[in-house]
Amino acid sequence: MRRHSTGAPPDWPALFAQLAQAARDPRLARFYQAGTVSADTPLEQAPLLALDVETTGLDSRRDSIVSLGLVPFDLRRIRCREARYWVVKPACELSGQSVTFHHITHSDIQSAPRLDTVLEQLLTAMAGKLVVVHYRPIERGFLDQAVRQLLGEGLQFPVIDTMQLEARLHPRQRRPGWLRQLLGRQAVSIRLANSRLRYGLPPYQAHHALTDALATAELLQAQAARHYPPSTAVGNLWS
Amino acid sequence: MQVELIEIRDHLSRFAPFDGLPDATLEQIAQQVEVGYFKAGSDILRYGEPIQELHYIRSGAVEIYRRNGELYNRLTEGEVFGQFGLLRGHKVRLPARAIEDSLIYFIPGQLFEQLCETHDAFADFVEAEGQSRLKSTQEPQGHASELMKVKVRKLVTRRTVSVPLGTSVLEAARVMTEHGVSSLVILGPPPSAAGSAGQGQAMAGITTDRDLRTRVLAEGLALDTPVDRVMSPNPITIQADDSVFEAMLCMLRHNIHHLPVVHRQRPVGVINLADIIKYESQSSLYLVNSIFNRQSVAELQALVPDLRATFLRLVNEQASAHMIGSAISGIGRSLTQRLLELAEEKLGPPPLPYCFMVLGSMARDEQLIVTDQDNALVLDNRFDPRVHDDYFRQLAEFVSDGLAACGYSYCKGGIMASNPKWRQPLRVWRGYFNQWIDQPNPETLLNSCIFFDLDSVYGEAELVENLKDLVAQKASSNPLFLASLARNALNRTPPLGFFRTFVMEKDGQQNNIINLKGRGTAPLTDLIRVHALAAGSKAQNSLERLDAIAATKLLTEEAITQLRYALEFLSIVRIRHQAMDLLEGREPDNYIEPEKVSASERHNLKSAFQVLSNAQKFLRFRYPGQLQNLPL
Repeated sequence: MRRHSTGAPPDWPALFAQLAQAARDPRLARFYQAGTVSADTPLEQAPLLALDVETTGLDSRRDSIVSLGLVPFDLRRIRCREARYWVVKPACELSGQSVTFHHITHSDIQSAPRLDTVLEQLLTAMAGKLVVVHYRPIERGFLDQAVRQLLGEGLQFPVIDTMQLEARLHPRQRRPGWLRQLLGRQAVSIRLANSRLRYGLPPYQAHHALTDALATAELLQAQAARHYPPSTAVGNLWS
Repeated sequence: MQVELIEIRDHLSRFAPFDGLPDATLEQIAQQVEVGYFKAGSDILRYGEPIQELHYIRSGAVEIYRRNGELYNRLTEGEVFGQFGLLRGHKVRLPARAIEDSLIYFIPGQLFEQLCETHDAFADFVEAEGQSRLKSTQEPQGHASELMKVKVRKLVTRRTVSVPLGTSVLEAARVMTEHGVSSLVILGPPPSAAGSAGQGQAMAGITTDRDLRTRVLAEGLALDTPVDRVMSPNPITIQADDSVFEAMLCMLRHNIHHLPVVHRQRPVGVINLADIIKYESQSSLYLVNSIFNRQSVAELQALVPDLRATFLRLVNEQASAHMIGSAISGIGRSLTQRLLELAEEKLGPPPLPYCFMVLGSMARDEQLIVTDQDNALVLDNRFDPRVHDDYFRQLAEFVSDGLAACGYSYCKGGIMASNPKWRQPLRVWRGYFNQWIDQPNPETLLNSCIFFDLDSVYGEAELVENLKDLVAQKASSNPLFLASLARNALNRTPPLGFFRTFVMEKDGQQNNIINLKGRGTAPLTDLIRVHALAAGSKAQNSLERLDAIAATKLLTEEAITQLRYALEFLSIVRIRHQAMDLLEGREPDNYIEPEKVSASERHNLKSAFQVLSNAQKFLRFRYPGQLQNLPL
């Protein structure tokens, strides 16, 4: 199945129905059977799930996941009671550089389970929810890759990317760096921490998967409060 | 894997009342929190809606309103709201709105209740914040209030001024003058070489301005008298790391105005009651400052919610009635002063020197939130009504209307400077006072006794001082006047029956009520005034009057202490009751329903009323009703 990484988003409900038929692994089949909201669902009615993964590096083909954090929410409330967090044993070696980022060390992952032992819990938590991330290539790319390695088939799901929503609000960001410098304009940073600042959200310690998931959920609530009426169709936001 | 919501737990752990909770409990709270974002200007709680959660401000700022829309409080990071609704039928009592973009943590009501049940400090904190019940006053509450947390040493702003034993009173007075202090520590002999290891010299005693006046000058002692002879030896002291609240209680309990602060045995400074009051009212200073920045009556009027908020904050912080009375009176005086400045700007400079005089509770520094205005103008003796009165009438009306706009309702008895009778030159005022004192009769005194609590707030203070001197000189030597005043002071009795049961009145809805002012603080104040005038005192504040009475031995020390407590207790119950009224969106009044107070508080109320009752018996004995029996 071809990835729709650019252009118009796919018809996700139809695609899920199709994937539910095609999936060989029962866990994946159940995930797709749970379906997804339709594109015309108002944002305020969408069951959302903020998700963040920390990895050993940026290349989903070479690096692997070391921790995952998620927290379900909607426009009104983020439900910490249902938050989940896992440290998993990566398929590849931890590099010194990534350790300094997410503070997960070799000894932490010594006792950690492999991703396949938490996969079922992860898919259950994701089932029926619309995933919200900050910078979609990471979560989508790494989960697809990891599931592909474990089960021999990939994982696809719609996401709302809070970073992309910020990029839409600050289109100047898309100019090439040299032109921006020539024009003397200050680039508007759309990184998670800087985006949060613009909405009066507090600074958090970065690179903890659950903290980042919480931070992302709060950011989407703030973006919606400022820019998107609750009736906005999720189809305008997801990809 | 254990789910740790690090950011939430860490933030909670930095703010009261969560800062006192064990880590495991904080972890548990963090795991149950819900989070919501509110854009600036959006409603968080609407009046009457159901509420199931305690609200905690993670970031941003929130305004809390009273039911009628008046601003009640402004909260920010780390503060909680909604507890009042949670404690009272799970309905929103005080609506809340985000005034900045705010992130709110919602803590489930069930968890909140559990925290209140298992952690006393937590329960005390949220209940104090919500004013869910009247609190008894006399003992420290075990509270994390400001006054309890702040150490006495914070109030010590200057090094101890001291002299060794054997110093003459003349030299002592010189040292005090040189350093501009009202008290002096007398150090004991230096520790013997073999004794304690160099902790500095211990304190042998303390002497004050007043001691030099009463024990040296008034006794006619020689100037070379050693200070040892007139000092108070082994004074009561407080440890530097005791709380300000303890210092305050200690002063009230022992009736002292100067309290040496010691570290181990060594004196590190002396604090006085004014230091504490100043410290406590510092937070109301911003309000006083902003009063003087306002340019119109309308702008002053806009400060009324802040005045009420200050009152509520003082109550929340467990300030004493004395402090609250001083702070609120101070604010009222500032308002009056600013109105007079504005009036002079409008009308031009006054044609004659004058003094704006306040009467009653403001003059006593015992004003509370529910009050009307009582004021008058004392004018220079050159006053000619045909030439000058137009100016002073306009001035008086401007101030009186301005005060009314700011919530100080017009005096029903017309005791206001806008009334020509109370806008008179000094000689007429002296005539009034002479007549009241020389030809007393209870009926006329009933209406004029308020003039015996007087103070200047603006203008030539000497004009009012002149009247205070006149009263102090004449009143004590006029038994007939004192007897008439005493008779009036006995008109209102405490609401106690023969078997120490409450005798209650009925309000409009046939609820049993007790009028805390009419049958408590007011007769108590009346009674203290009689004794103070008999003692020839110029003091206006009831506690200061008690000091003056104590100095003359007119009442026993025990009786004074009891009166002090009774006044403080009845006042604070009245204050808390008014605070609760404000919080619940009712007009504050002076009535309580005794069925609604706790058993221990009922007991304390009865004790306080009993003190009043005993003191009235003594007054009746001292000034017997049959005036003809008095030695004339």
